[in-house]
Formats: sequence, structure tokens, C-alpha cells
Amino acid sequence: MRHTISILVDNEPGVLARIAGLFSARGFNIESLCVGETLDPTTSRITLVTSGDDWIIEQIIKRFNNMINVIKVQDLSELTHVEREMVLVRMEATPETRPEILRTADIFRAKVIDVGPRSYMLELTGDQDKITAFLEILRPMGIKEIARTGSVALAREIQNNKRR
Amino acid sequence: MARMLGAEMFFETLIHEGVDVIFGLPGGYVLKVYDVMPKYGEAIKHVLSRHEQGATHMADGYARASGRPGVVLCTSGPAATNTVTGIATAQMDSSPVVVFTGQVPTPYLGSDAFQEADHIGITRPCTKHNSLVRRTRELPRAIKEAFYIATTGRPGPVLVDMPKDVLIGEDELEIPNEISLRGYKPTIRGNIAQIKRAVEIIMTAKRPVVFGGGGLIWSGATPELIELVHRLRIPVALTLMGLGAYPANDPYFMSMLGMHGSYKANMAVHESDVIISIGARFDDRATGGNFPKFAPNAKIVHIDIDPATIDKNIRVHCPIVGDAKHVLRQMLEFIPKDLNIDRREWFGKIDEWGRQHPLLPKENSDKIMTSHLIDMLSNITKGDAIIVSDVGQHQMWVAQFYNFNRPRTHITSGGLGTMGFGFPAAMGAKFARPDEMVICVAGDGSFQMNMQELATAVENKMDLKIVLINNEHHGMVRQWQTMFFNKNYSASHFDVMPDFVKLAEAFGAKGLRAKRPEELEATLKEGLYSDGVVLMEIVVDYEEMVYPMIAPGGAMNEMILEDIEREMIVESVDMA
Repeated sequence: MRHTISILVDNEPGVLARIAGLFSARGFNIESLCVGETLDPTTSRITLVTSGDDWIIEQIIKRFNNMINVIKVQDLSELTHVEREMVLVRMEATPETRPEILRTADIFRAKVIDVGPRSYMLELTGDQDKITAFLEILRPMGIKEIARTGSVALAREIQNNKRR
Repeated sequence: MARMLGAEMFFETLIHEGVDVIFGLPGGYVLKVYDVMPKYGEAIKHVLSRHEQGATHMADGYARASGRPGVVLCTSGPAATNTVTGIATAQMDSSPVVVFTGQVPTPYLGSDAFQEADHIGITRPCTKHNSLVRRTRELPRAIKEAFYIATTGRPGPVLVDMPKDVLIGEDELEIPNEISLRGYKPTIRGNIAQIKRAVEIIMTAKRPVVFGGGGLIWSGATPELIELVHRLRIPVALTLMGLGAYPANDPYFMSMLGMHGSYKANMAVHESDVIISIGARFDDRATGGNFPKFAPNAKIVHIDIDPATIDKNIRVHCPIVGDAKHVLRQMLEFIPKDLNIDRREWFGKIDEWGRQHPLLPKENSDKIMTSHLIDMLSNITKGDAIIVSDVGQHQMWVAQFYNFNRPRTHITSGGLGTMGFGFPAAMGAKFARPDEMVICVAGDGSFQMNMQELATAVENKMDLKIVLINNEHHGMVRQWQTMFFNKNYSASHFDVMPDFVKLAEAFGAKGLRAKRPEELEATLKEGLYSDGVVLMEIVVDYEEMVYPMIAPGGAMNEMILEDIEREMIVESVDMA
């Protein structure tokens, strides 16, 4: 199952390596990882997406909790939550493809943030499904390169007990 | 507030922590620390090891024998990497070892300077925590935090990396009195609802067993355990790490469980309807490794201070996270004193298993059998010495035949299985408890891994006894080759052996040797009751094997008892 795990940590060197080390030690892959300072500059929030056996994920979360630099861990997959990701896409832009790229960007409410003689750069924010759909539509028109942020996520205030 | 060097702050903070001995070896980036050391010589003794791995095992042995943290000091690079085996050993057995390493000056970090290694990166997976100190004034807090983390919750090793500029820099000394870490709040008291549930499960049990581990010893829970066992009349089996937590001379004791546990202990665990596990983590050596077949009819109550051990290998029915001593006290509040539970049927069954396959030492008129030797050692010392074993066959015979009656008298590398641990750890134990008899029981293979520390032992005029079991083999390797690899004895025999008596004498220690069964008792008595460092080389039968044995991946009732058709089990091995 896919898990989105939110980890509040001390904003110190080496903390990310500790977190990542638990995954590599188990032979697990991290699908995406997002780190940023919180309102309190001494803490950072790590949002980590992974898939794997629920039992092993549970063990990994317990180990996170054991780490001295980890303040709080939440498996958001067990809660009603909102997830967002951003992608930057550089498209090959020829006179023939430009209108179609702009139309697609418009449909997805993406923004054009850079224009060059041979390319457009688009910016899109959304959940993982939307980003994936966007890239699938763009692919035949010629994607030069992309950069994805990975998911950030927070639990909703109102929980409708979708799980547990 | 006094202004002083980082190197001086180091000692001031150690003294504040109550440290009285450190084990170490000087070198480049910690020379300032060694430079100021004589000033603090009254308060802190420095033991100069001959190898940093030796120093780390000494600190570990000190911690296990005393319950207080063991301290290591060494320089950077190779010195720090030499401590890694010792650190990983302490980590696996939850021992509070605090390692201080020198490091290149902060501006040179990551520049491949001379004797530079990434100590923090290298030890991250094998420490409970580690930290790099970046400023002189932060040193006392980093040291206090290291001791706090190492000794609280589930104990474990902590490494503090100290760059040279931090040590030679000057600042005001400020030692914090209290340490509070927002991400670290170990649970000590058990959840009361869970405790009530556990008591309910235990009270209705027909065939209960206690499955006790090393956590009992770290929390000092022996009195509470004895009280619980006597009130409820529950038989006790201990893991290798738990030995000593419950007196071996008590009738409720069933001996060790696990891969080389007694037949009755393993059968009792397998046939039980309730398991009360305290401070144990159900590893493959304790359970046989066949987790789905583990105690199929048992409800499991699991008491452990580390939430990450809960449901790790075995799904448990009633977990209680907390310190063993606290939790047992809480449980006792709900268990009446005069229960008089009738357990005749259950104990009858256990006694029958005991009669069917008793754990007995072997005797032979021609050759010394190691099991017999350990039994004799237990009798001569009345089960009252501190025994520090190494790793291999002799370690299992010590566990089976030495009657440990007190906690912190059995010290061994259980989790990591580190050969070479025994001798330096025995030295650490002797420093921790100088008034007690400390005996290192080592195999010839293990001893040769850290025998350079003989010099350290003699230098410190230690009163330390070494029983060196010489079977000219890596005995446990040979046993596995006999049982699981068609007697293909590849690389398990030593063609060249040192003359251990001469070796002891070369270091200034006393050396004795027994080759014949009739020489054994006199040699042991002479060695044990001579002063100083004494090495007793005992030449034993190399064909003796440790039984019972659960083949790797087996269930607890699937024990190999004695010479059976070994070909049958060769196929069943799927895990080393």
C-alpha cells in the first residue's frame, strides 16, 4: 500500500540521512521526499511517500519514533488528508505544437512560466493523479525534461474516519 | 564561570557525570585531551588499551557489569573505525557505551584530511544516537546528552565526535544540570488498561511461562520477577541475554531457551498457553526463527521498553511498553499474594520433559569435555563469579552449565555474536567490580582476536582469570559443518596454534595448562586462586557438540537431541 508519512524533525545536519538510512537498510525505496523548515526554524517537516508491506511500514514508523531527532510521526494514509505536488515541465515548442500545449495547460490550470525560442516551461500543482495525467497528455507533444517536487501533505481538520 | 579549554571541559563534564574510568588510546586529534588528562588523574583513571576495539569492549563489559555507562576515548579515522565492531556489539545487546572520537578541525571536515573518516556517517546505523560538536561551548551539553540518551529508555551506544578546534578552543564552562529532548521521551510506566488486560490473561492461564530477556537485567527487575513468579507459580525460561535475571538455583527456573536451550524450557514455551515475555525481543536465536510456528497455542503478553520490538517478529496479544521493573510492580498490585494456584499438572509435564532429556555435562576418562569443565567451574565458584564468555560452542556451554544466580554475572555478546569480545569485556567488568572474581571463558578462536589486551591487563595489575578452551578449531563452525555441510571441514581447523602458556608468560601473565581430565580440577583451582592475570589453557575434545539444537528456521519443539541421522537435516537449512 502507498503511505504518505509526515515527520516533524529537528532542523539539524544528518537528520535526513537517518530517516533515509532506515529505508535503505530494509531495502525499501522512497518514492518521494520533501523537506522544508516549519514556522519554528528549529524544526523541519519531512513528507515521505513510500509503498510496501504495511507491517514493515509500521516497524519503520516505530523506528522513526525512536530517533532522538524525530519529534512527531504521522502516517497520513490513515487520516483524511490533502496532498499536493508541483511539477515543472519544459516542452518542445514548435509553431505547430504551441497552441495545443497552451490549450492543455489551460485545461489543467497550469501556468506558463518561461518562454524560449524552442520551448515552453509549464508549472502545475495538484495531487499525484492530476500531475500524472497532465504528463501523460503532454508526452506525445514532446517533453524535454521535468522536475517534480514530490508530495507535501497535511491532515484535514475534520476527520471523516475513512480508515480505522 | 570558569574559562577553559574544550579538552578541560571534556573532563569536567565527565566528572560531573560520575565517570571514574575511561578506556582509550591517544592519537593526533585528541592529543590535547591527553595533554590535560594528568590534571584529572585523581578523579578519572585512564586504561590504555592496545586496540580501540579492545577499549570499546572493555567499556561495554564495564557497563554490563555495573549498569553504569562505559566510556571510550580515541582519535579519528582508523581509531574510530576500530571502535565500530564494539559499538555494534553494544547496540545489539542494549549496552550504554559512550564513545568519544577526535576529529579533524571543523574547517577541514570532508576534505580527506589525514586520518579523517566520517564517524557520524559510519556509526549512524549502529548507535542509538551520535553527534558532531561544532563549538567549544556546546561540548558539555553534547556530552551530557550523550550520557542521558545512552542510559535512559532502552540503553545503547552513543558516539560524540569532537573536532580538534573544539578541543583546543576556549570558552566559559556551562554544564547543564537537566537534559530534556523534545524528540525523546522514553515510556517508563506501563499503560494501566493494558496491565489489567495482561493480568486477566495471565490469571486464566493453565500453562503459563515467563520468557525473560536482557531487559530484566538493565531495569533491575529481578526482585519483582521473583515475586511475580512465586505468587503465580510460573516456570521461567531465560534468553541468553537474560541469564542471571532469575536465580538458576530456584525450582521455577527451567534454564535457557532457544537454539541451544534446554529441552524442557523449549517444550514448555512451545506448549504454553500464555507467554509473559519481559525485556526480550523474540529474535531468531531465542525462538528458533520459525516465527509462524512459534508457540502456536499461546497468548503473548510482551513487556518491553522499546515500542519497536513490539510485533517485530511475533504478533503479540497484549503489548505493554514500559520499563520492566515498573511494569512488573504495577502488575503485582493486581495479583493477590495468597493465590495457591494448583499447577501440579503443568509442572508434572515440565518435569517429565526434564527427565526425558535432561541437560547433563559429558564426561570422558580420556579427554576433557568442555561441558564438564564448565560444570566444574560452576561448582568450584559456587555459581558466584562473574563469567564473561566469548562467542561459539563454549559460550553455549557456559549458558547451559554455569548456574548464574545473580544479575550482571553473565556477560556475553549475544546479538552481534562478536568473537574477541570476551577478554576485553572481562577486563571492563573487573574494573567495574574489583571485589568480585571475574573469569573470562574464551575459545581459542575468539581469544586470538583480541589477545593483545593481555598487555593492558598486566599493565593494570589486574586480578583476572582466563579459561581458554583449546579445541584447535572454530568449534561452532565445525559443528555446523558436521551437521549441515556433510562434514566438509573447510577452514575451521587451525594448523598453527600459539603456545598459550608461553604467550601468557611473554606478556608477564601466569600460564597454566591442563590436557588430561585428571589434571583439570587442580589446574582450575590453582589458576582461579592465584593472584594476577592467569591464563588457563584447557585442551579439550574437539568433537563434542552442543545439544540440544534447533536447526536454523526450526520451531521450538523441533530440537536435534543427539547423534541422529544428520543427513536428514542438511536439507532443512534455509538460513545461516
